[in-house]
Amino acid sequence: METIYSVKPILALLVSAVGAMLILFTGERRRNLREFWTLLAAALKFSIVASMIPSVIKGKTIECTLLHLFPGVALQFRVDAFGLFFATLASALWIATAVYSIGYMRGLQAHSQTRFFFCFAFALHGALGIAFAGNLFTLFIFYEILTISTFPLVAHKETPEAVRGGRKYLAYLLTGAVLIFFSMGVTYGLTGKLDFVAGGFLQGHGSDNLLRFLFATFILGFGTKAALMPIHEWLPTAMVAPTPVSALLHAVAVVKAGVFCVLRVVLYVFGPKLLYDLDLWLALAYFASFTIILSGMLALAQDNLKRRLAFSTINNLAIIILGAALLSPSAITGGIFHIAAHGFMKITLFFVAGAIYVKMHKESISELDGIGRKMPITLGSFAIGAMGIAGTPPLVGFISKWYLCLGSLEAKEMVFLFVLLISVLLDIAYFFPIIYNSFFKKSKDELKPGIQEASMFMVAPIAICAILSIVLGVSPNAFVHFFEMASFAMKSILGVGG
Amino acid sequence: MTASPFPILIIVVPLISAFLIILLGWLKKNLCYPFMVAALAVSALSSLAILQEVIHHGILHYHLGNWDPPWGIEYVIDPLNAFVLVIVSVISLLIAIASKKMVEREFPHKVVFFYCLFLLQVTGLLGIVVTGDVFNLYVFLEIASLAGYALIAIGEDGAPFASFNYMIYGTIGACFYLLSVGYLYIVTGSLNMADLSRLLPDLYSSKVVLMAFAFFVVGVAIKMALFPLHVWLPDAYTYAPSSVTSLVAPLTTKVGAYVLIRIMYTVFEPNFSKVAIPAATILSWVAFFAILFGCILALGQKDLKRMLVYVLIAEVGYIALGVGLGNRNGLTGAILHIMNDALMMACLFLIVGAITYKGWPRQIDRFIGLHKKMPVTMAAFVISALSVIGIPPACGFFSKWYLVLGAIDAKQWLFVAVLLVSSLLNAILFFRVIERAYFEPGANERNVQPVKNKAKFIWDEAPLSMLIPTVLLAAGILSVGLLSGTIISEVIQFALPASF
Amino acid sequence: MMIGFYAMIGKNNLVKKLIGMNIFQTSIILFFISTGSKKGATIPIVADGHGVVHRTIEAIQYMNPLPHVLMLTAIVVMVSTFGVALALLLMIYRRYQTLEEDEILALRRK
Repeated sequence: METIYSVKPILALLVSAVGAMLILFTGERRRNLREFWTLLAAALKFSIVASMIPSVIKGKTIECTLLHLFPGVALQFRVDAFGLFFATLASALWIATAVYSIGYMRGLQAHSQTRFFFCFAFALHGALGIAFAGNLFTLFIFYEILTISTFPLVAHKETPEAVRGGRKYLAYLLTGAVLIFFSMGVTYGLTGKLDFVAGGFLQGHGSDNLLRFLFATFILGFGTKAALMPIHEWLPTAMVAPTPVSALLHAVAVVKAGVFCVLRVVLYVFGPKLLYDLDLWLALAYFASFTIILSGMLALAQDNLKRRLAFSTINNLAIIILGAALLSPSAITGGIFHIAAHGFMKITLFFVAGAIYVKMHKESISELDGIGRKMPITLGSFAIGAMGIAGTPPLVGFISKWYLCLGSLEAKEMVFLFVLLISVLLDIAYFFPIIYNSFFKKSKDELKPGIQEASMFMVAPIAICAILSIVLGVSPNAFVHFFEMASFAMKSILGVGG
Repeated sequence: MTASPFPILIIVVPLISAFLIILLGWLKKNLCYPFMVAALAVSALSSLAILQEVIHHGILHYHLGNWDPPWGIEYVIDPLNAFVLVIVSVISLLIAIASKKMVEREFPHKVVFFYCLFLLQVTGLLGIVVTGDVFNLYVFLEIASLAGYALIAIGEDGAPFASFNYMIYGTIGACFYLLSVGYLYIVTGSLNMADLSRLLPDLYSSKVVLMAFAFFVVGVAIKMALFPLHVWLPDAYTYAPSSVTSLVAPLTTKVGAYVLIRIMYTVFEPNFSKVAIPAATILSWVAFFAILFGCILALGQKDLKRMLVYVLIAEVGYIALGVGLGNRNGLTGAILHIMNDALMMACLFLIVGAITYKGWPRQIDRFIGLHKKMPVTMAAFVISALSVIGIPPACGFFSKWYLVLGAIDAKQWLFVAVLLVSSLLNAILFFRVIERAYFEPGANERNVQPVKNKAKFIWDEAPLSMLIPTVLLAAGILSVGLLSGTIISEVIQFALPASF
Repeated sequence: MMIGFYAMIGKNNLVKKLIGMNIFQTSIILFFISTGSKKGATIPIVADGHGVVHRTIEAIQYMNPLPHVLMLTAIVVMVSTFGVALALLLMIYRRYQTLEEDEILALRRK
């Protein structure tokens, strides 16, 4: 595997950091200039990231080492297929979220917008840092940057609940961070290095029980951000944040970063072989299945739209982890691909929730009767996204579900196939009523006749993301070769030829 | 022996300036401040020059009065010294720059004396670090302490009493130190550190030497405010004027820690602390309680300054833990933490000074809306807070990393746990303040003010002479963290005893 | 030494504490000087030494001058500490009108 040395990874990261500073200094008085910085940064970021795709798909990795921190560990960025996959997703969805949040914040005349955009840009900085990190240490640095920069976003509304939500967010994530810190220390103590190696590098170091314990602390640590149960509680509470933040949290950066890190640990630190030997793959798979089923059932019980979506996210994240835990080629590919698939679909759903809130000031599902006739594009996109999450072809969600099912067959564990099918049923159960009620029931309030969509800033991203869900479903390698990157990553992990 | 003038320059300049400033104050008051800053700048530059030389040429020696050691007093500068020297002189320079406005507001008629005492304090601290002679260290220790007592007593209400208490404790500590110097002199006939380290190993079984070691450690522990001998610290540092706390808090305890490292690892060999008396083990357990105690007590404080003082006690615990762990990673973490903690505490106490200067009360409950009035200061606070908690890329993370690695190496899982738990406790402490200042409900009204109406600046920031050092320190916290790898490989690695 | 130590900690009146501190320091100074003394030795000044360049000295007949020198420094330190302490006591007295520790603490608590 050839390595290219280039500053592109750093450039991609710095674009949003510099953008954040520009946003901060531009401030409230020149709002349009400030919004311009966000959009410019997002566009630049995406183009730099996209420019790295051709080389990485051909099998090269792009590397950039900054500082030597201590023996064996440097502040190093190594762009491999998996990392680039996440980076592409994050930067692409940032463009959509940026446009959307402009519409949202202005529509609500919200306060502290400068702080909002500043933290958003910084959060993306953190997310890309995680994506490109070449070792656990660099990853941890950016993981923390992500946590800290998203905290003001969660507590943005500054109501007592928002402050509480922010506090809970920090409590969970910082405790997880402490566990990760501990696990990193032990890993370094055992092996003397922290670099990610496809297929893992912990084999042969340390006793079996120590490795099992270490795996547990790693998963618990990163699992907070990946919203695994039982450490998931921060996510529904964080729904008190403005919707673009929820979209960021769920689709673009935060939980995706969490699940990305979990996969890094599972596939690049421990590795399939070690997990097989220690039987940890089965433990993780059961753990994930438990989350899948429980979160699906809890989603049914929620009336608040965003909370239902939150539990749906927890459900899908666990599906991704299940894919990785099954350790078979299709499962890993499906799991990685689902990161992107779910991202596109979920962001559509959240955008819709936000649009409904801005335009109609409604948050609960019981209030949504008949809204489809007022906001057809919006709710139509919701229908598309929801069906995709359930795994309906030709939407992109179908592809990942298909591969995951294949993967559980390959792993010869029928249980998980059932789990996946049950989750599909649950998805239909909690999404279908929303779609039905909004289109086919008569609304309870007096609504003015005629179509009343939210502003173009919001509707355009909604529609585009929904369309992309369809396009990617039909051609998963459209535009940015998501599927190729996923399968490439899988091959390098399992060692099945370059 | 090198002909470099810097080791002596670094002491003499502040010392003479301290006296000249009184004269100058009598003649022309306005020149005092620039003069003091100039003197400290010379010190800071000398310390940087010294660091350069030590990195390239090895250990520097300077013989006072051209008397050869062990008869004469010798200044020895090795990488550890040079490192601490730079920290002390640069931070005291920054604090001096920032202190002008605070001092003029709080006690305008005593400004000149303040500058004189400030310079004396810095002289004392620098002298402790530079010297290679144990008795000379005592002299400088007392210079620094006396200047400290006087500086602290200028403060508000409880200050003279707190200073008196500090004096009693401090004198006990210094006298213990003097006693041990005496014991060592009796058995070896030498006062020179290098000489002692040569002569002592044969005498390790002697009771006198053991006593000397014990008195050394206890005396230094009092000066360094290691739990449970920290009792003088909370009152003394809380009631002292902000400019004084900003100088004394980051530096005095760190210099005390430096003396501890010198004694345990240079004068007495590392083996002594592990084999002859299990001093290292005791030290690390004491540090364990210091960390816990500091963090837990800080939780109960309503006054920001007092809370920071308890955090300081916990930080001293970290350093002592690193020293006590006795392995490479632990000691590296401790030395790195000397620098990081000095930076963090200086920044934090300067921020408290700025907040008080602007008229805000020190109670955390009353910080509502602070970030709108003093955004730059609060940003610096957030950065320092991240560093104390141990979140990268702030520097505190890196020293914590080494300490955790050291604890893992020593298989002391309880210490690993306390390091991590204290991070969480610190997070609670600091985010409480951040929440109050940034997010308190009511600080920002939703949908009330139309967004266009932001033309007027509602900034009420601290004056530039205070703001710039704060910002520089915060920038330092961020950059030093990432550069810690370079710092370790260039400097600290050579400061570790050879047997590690 | 122990008397001084006890006084510093156990006594209520601040001046008594101070005197205790003084006793403590003085005792250490005496201890040091005593280490330099030898049986039958005389003070370390060379008689008729002025102007003579080289002369063999039998060190054993003279007391060790080094502790004396060190203790001169220590005495200076002690005196300055005492001076600062007295100044502090003056400040405290002006503020609280008393020099008893428990009364001061009670006043502070209010």
